[in-house]
Amino acid sequence: MPLSSRHLLGLETTPKEDIKLILDTATTFKEVLERPIKRVPTLQGKTVVNLFYENSTRTRISFELAEKRLSADAVNFSVSTSSVSKGETFKDTIRNIEAMKIDMVVVRHAAAGTPLYLTQLCDAHIINAGDGIHEHPTQALLDMYSIREKLGRLEVVKVCIVGDIAHSRVALSNIFGLKTIGAEVSVCGPATMIPRNIKELGVKVFYNIDEAIQENDVLNILRIQLERKAGGNFPTLREYHTSYGITNERLDKNGKDILILHPGPINRGVEISSEVADGSHQIILQQVTNGVAVRMAVLYLLGTQN
Amino acid sequence: MKIALKNCQLIQPQQKINKKSNLLIEDGIIIKIGNLSAEDLKHAEVFDLKDNFVSPGFFDMHVHLREPGREDEETVQTGCDSAAQGGFTGIACMPNTEPALDSAEVISLIKEKAKDHLVEVFPVGAATVGRKGEVISPMAELFNAGAVGFSDDGVAIKNARILKTSLEYSAMFDVPIIEHCEDESLAGGAMNEGTTSTFLGLPPIPSVAEDLIVIRDILMAEYTGGKVHIAHMSTKKSAQMVREAKAKGIRVTAEVSPHHFTLTEETVKGYNTNTKMNPPLRTQEDVEAMLEALKDGTIDCIASDHAPHSLEEKEMEFEYAPNGIVGLETQIGLALTELYHKKVLTVEQLVEKFAINPRKILNIPIPKFEVGERANLTIIDPNEIWSVDISQFKSKSKNSPFNKRLLKGKAVGVINKGKMILNGKLKEI
Ligand SMILES: [Zn+2]
Ligand SMILES: [Zn+2]
Repeated sequence: MPLSSRHLLGLETTPKEDIKLILDTATTFKEVLERPIKRVPTLQGKTVVNLFYENSTRTRISFELAEKRLSADAVNFSVSTSSVSKGETFKDTIRNIEAMKIDMVVVRHAAAGTPLYLTQLCDAHIINAGDGIHEHPTQALLDMYSIREKLGRLEVVKVCIVGDIAHSRVALSNIFGLKTIGAEVSVCGPATMIPRNIKELGVKVFYNIDEAIQENDVLNILRIQLERKAGGNFPTLREYHTSYGITNERLDKNGKDILILHPGPINRGVEISSEVADGSHQIILQQVTNGVAVRMAVLYLLGTQN
Repeated sequence: MKIALKNCQLIQPQQKINKKSNLLIEDGIIIKIGNLSAEDLKHAEVFDLKDNFVSPGFFDMHVHLREPGREDEETVQTGCDSAAQGGFTGIACMPNTEPALDSAEVISLIKEKAKDHLVEVFPVGAATVGRKGEVISPMAELFNAGAVGFSDDGVAIKNARILKTSLEYSAMFDVPIIEHCEDESLAGGAMNEGTTSTFLGLPPIPSVAEDLIVIRDILMAEYTGGKVHIAHMSTKKSAQMVREAKAKGIRVTAEVSPHHFTLTEETVKGYNTNTKMNPPLRTQEDVEAMLEALKDGTIDCIASDHAPHSLEEKEMEFEYAPNGIVGLETQIGLALTELYHKKVLTVEQLVEKFAINPRKILNIPIPKFEVGERANLTIIDPNEIWSVDISQFKSKSKNSPFNKRLLKGKAVGVINKGKMILNGKLKEI
């Protein structure tokens, strides 16, 4: 059964069957990753361009690794090494890349909607690796995969996303994906970091982290963008840590066995304390491994479509 | 040269005219209204207008001509061609050019460039030097050179003190301060704040950014006794505040652009950069409030906020694309389709909003159907069904979200300054 779309632009429009197919396929690839020779010839002869207009070493490396494990030819195109800095328009860049006969583009861009725009400019399969504050579907898929792997299911699992919801593509993709699959989704953070209309997306809102801990099975802790928002949407990092930081003390107080995810990179002592980041509740490093498997699944499912 | 316009449905609400009649025009002057004899028709070229509406020439008080500075996007000439094609005989052009319209020389330059065109151009001067919001422009000089109002459009006048000075000073010439209402500290987003902006991940502009400046300006108009004109009003709250201010006798007027009574924020889905404008497309509730405000007279006039942008500028990532759409050639069709045929406005009200009120606001004489008057009129076929085709635009720019939209009602001709354009053909009369 193939995916219903030629692209992975976001989870808002991705149907349940497609999400399940990606997660199930990822399970197969996770087995590959545990073999001594972690490589399959599935995408031999296919060319994938990693088009990164924003610096994101982690996501890019994860995609690159996934591409190599599938034997695809991976080409990196990032802002610093490209002609973008010379003033070439996005459209011209894409026309140029397409002329090189490529099959897939993994795109990361600071402007929302750019992956959709890309589908109008070229014929390749497009995978969104994060567009502005819109979506980051593969991150949400790997989060969902990790929760399912740990808890055995996603349906009716209560997941709370904690942090700067208003400026997070990870939050939005998680909300869409988890809702589609049947999980119960809530968000938690200071009011200044939660979009006004969030309830219309069918999620519950907590302003108090202790309540959020008590009422949920999973916390997905977002990274606080230190460079961007401190002083704007909350007074100080210390106050953020006091109000929303996840510490052992806080987890103990609420006496809860809770699963903790973090998309990384983590700010120790801000959104999460060191002991929690290294502790028994979290699965932060499994997420990284799962990220490669999930991205292999997406690349495989799109790359083998005709 | 003599022409006869037969079977006109003449509409001039100020003169309480809405009747079937005929016009005889010689050398651009109306010489007879009513039944035309064989003698009258001798040597006259006769046009049968088949009961089309004939009204005082329509006037668009919010147009960006881009000259000087961005002649690749629009010039005085192409902007006027676009206006005439769209059914307008007069426009006011906004001062956010490069350089800004903040000196008598630039105002005169625009007047000079437009002088031979059928369409009359009335520049709006910059309210502050360079539109920087620091010191007021030489308003008396600009006024004497032909400026009919003052504005820093693109942005609101920067702060309350400069606004107060601008209003006090401009009140001496009885011209309005035209305000782009947007609080600077809340500006900078890409679309209206709401469910759609959350879904699309686009940086939001809250509607309160508009409302804050509207209420500031109303209070300041009341305080100074100056005239404030709210440009491109788009929110329900703003409409309510203007309604209340008018009831109190405060000198405030307002305009709405067709996209704000026809489209909602939902149109932005798909990230088409031709749906990006400022103020942004709002909610259905706001659209309904605009219709209500048009109906009860809270909104005085309809203006396009015609904002030409080159293809290269609009063909890019949504967040980076400039704001604005062209509107001169679609707005009469949109207004007839959405307001007249849907019975929001009567034809008399429509003529008030397009021909009478904008001139009143800017102290420009209103064309009348009287013998001896210069013929300045717009001819409208209210029932022609047509489809918008951007490739046919006279404007240099094609950035419209209305391409291929089916409309009912069209301006088919204009007459002014001894010239006539009928069905696209220019003729000296
Ligand atoms: Zn404006
Ligand atoms: Zn404007």
